[in-house]
Amino acid sequence: MRWFPAALGLALAVALTFLTLPVVAIFVDSSPGQLLDSLGHRGALDALWLSLRTTAAALAIIVVVGTPAAYLLATRSFPGKAIVVTLIELPLVLPPAAAGIALLAALGPEGLLGGAIDAAGIELTLATAGVVVALTFVASPFYVRQAIGAFASVDRTLLDASRTLGVSEARGFARVMIPAAMPGLVAGGALALGRALGEFGATLMFAGSFQGITQTVPLAIYDRFSTDFPAALALSAVLVAVSAAILLSVKLVQGSEVLGGAPR
Amino acid sequence: MTEALTACGPLFADATVRLSFAGSDELAAQIRQGVRPDVYAAANTKLPDALHDEGLLSAPVEFATNELVLAVPKDSSIASVDDLTAKGVKLAIGSESVPIGSYTRDTLAQLPAAQAKAILANVRSNEPDVKGIVGKLTQGAVDAGFVYVTDVKAARGELKAIELPPEVEPQVTYAAGVVKGAKHPEQARAFLDELLDGTCAAALRGAGFGGAP
Repeated sequence: MRWFPAALGLALAVALTFLTLPVVAIFVDSSPGQLLDSLGHRGALDALWLSLRTTAAALAIIVVVGTPAAYLLATRSFPGKAIVVTLIELPLVLPPAAAGIALLAALGPEGLLGGAIDAAGIELTLATAGVVVALTFVASPFYVRQAIGAFASVDRTLLDASRTLGVSEARGFARVMIPAAMPGLVAGGALALGRALGEFGATLMFAGSFQGITQTVPLAIYDRFSTDFPAALALSAVLVAVSAAILLSVKLVQGSEVLGGAPR
Repeated sequence: MTEALTACGPLFADATVRLSFAGSDELAAQIRQGVRPDVYAAANTKLPDALHDEGLLSAPVEFATNELVLAVPKDSSIASVDDLTAKGVKLAIGSESVPIGSYTRDTLAQLPAAQAKAILANVRSNEPDVKGIVGKLTQGAVDAGFVYVTDVKAARGELKAIELPPEVEPQVTYAAGVVKGAKHPEQARAFLDELLDGTCAAALRGAGFGGAP
């Protein structure tokens, strides 16, 4: 029965070729000089800078709110918990266009909370803050899901031991649970970061596209696709490189078992 | 365009029509990247002419016209292009790379320079297609936008169209051609005839498009 290992190898070869060929083509199609040239173009640096700022802001919000929420979901049982978890995970499977429509219907000028947001003097649609909202919406389930798994897999005797020593739950959360769950939290953060960097549809529908204000790298790529293919390639190459760097650094910092076998 | 051709496409007897709608420029970019549809139709004559010059398209035929208008929500107080210069007015226009965007910029360029500058300063979003402009308008995200009169008509009373001064109104002409290397060149030519004079032509007139110039 030697055909089976061969079939496994073939499947891997097919998967690897299919998944890496388009990425390789991005770099083959553009010479390094062309790449640098295109990045110097009007708007490219604006888009990169905007993407970095909005992604960082979204990730900060996701971590600050998502970590305690995930801890609660991982350590408590209550009726309807499965429904709550499902609702939190819903944006994972929502098509980006549906996410954009949903955000407009909820937070747009004519949306459910539109009047209240306007009254508070906050501008979301067509503003940089709107990009952060869109990124946070689509990326947070990636983090929260991973964080729930990470907290749930921490050995409860650790926390219980600290509680019997008279340590408050808040201190136990900060001093015991977070350090113990850190590898899973970092992996979740990396996934959320990658998703936020690549966000396109919800951003375009909710925040629009304006250079330096709401035109993130994916929107800039789309805008240049037809008129300036080399520039679109160059921006794509940068996005690929940044995303690969994120993935790789997480693997290096955590060791390969983290992304490979994080318990759910 | 999407609605009119989706309605008449299945009625086309000679072949099954599969329609792929996207920004004219994206479709052109796809053809340049080697995608081979049978027919390419665009919201201008520039892109089909360019593809023809590159040997990728048959000589384009003009099959419909449209009108660039200023679109505003139905209860808006904006009454003319002059009202767009006020501070705080929010505008969405087409991105420079798509026909609706280049028509808009050509039109603005013919206004007095100070007025054009003030209007462009109020642009808050450069949308990659006209549906994005209409969506931002109907959702109240912007106060006004430049779109085709057919888009206002398709918005079913949500928007109203304000005509542009005739001296700045651009000539909006749609052209189509058979893609070189098309798998079904005969049916493609038959479909072009259909666009010029047939059910599709009638559907286009019904949606508010003008006849071939």
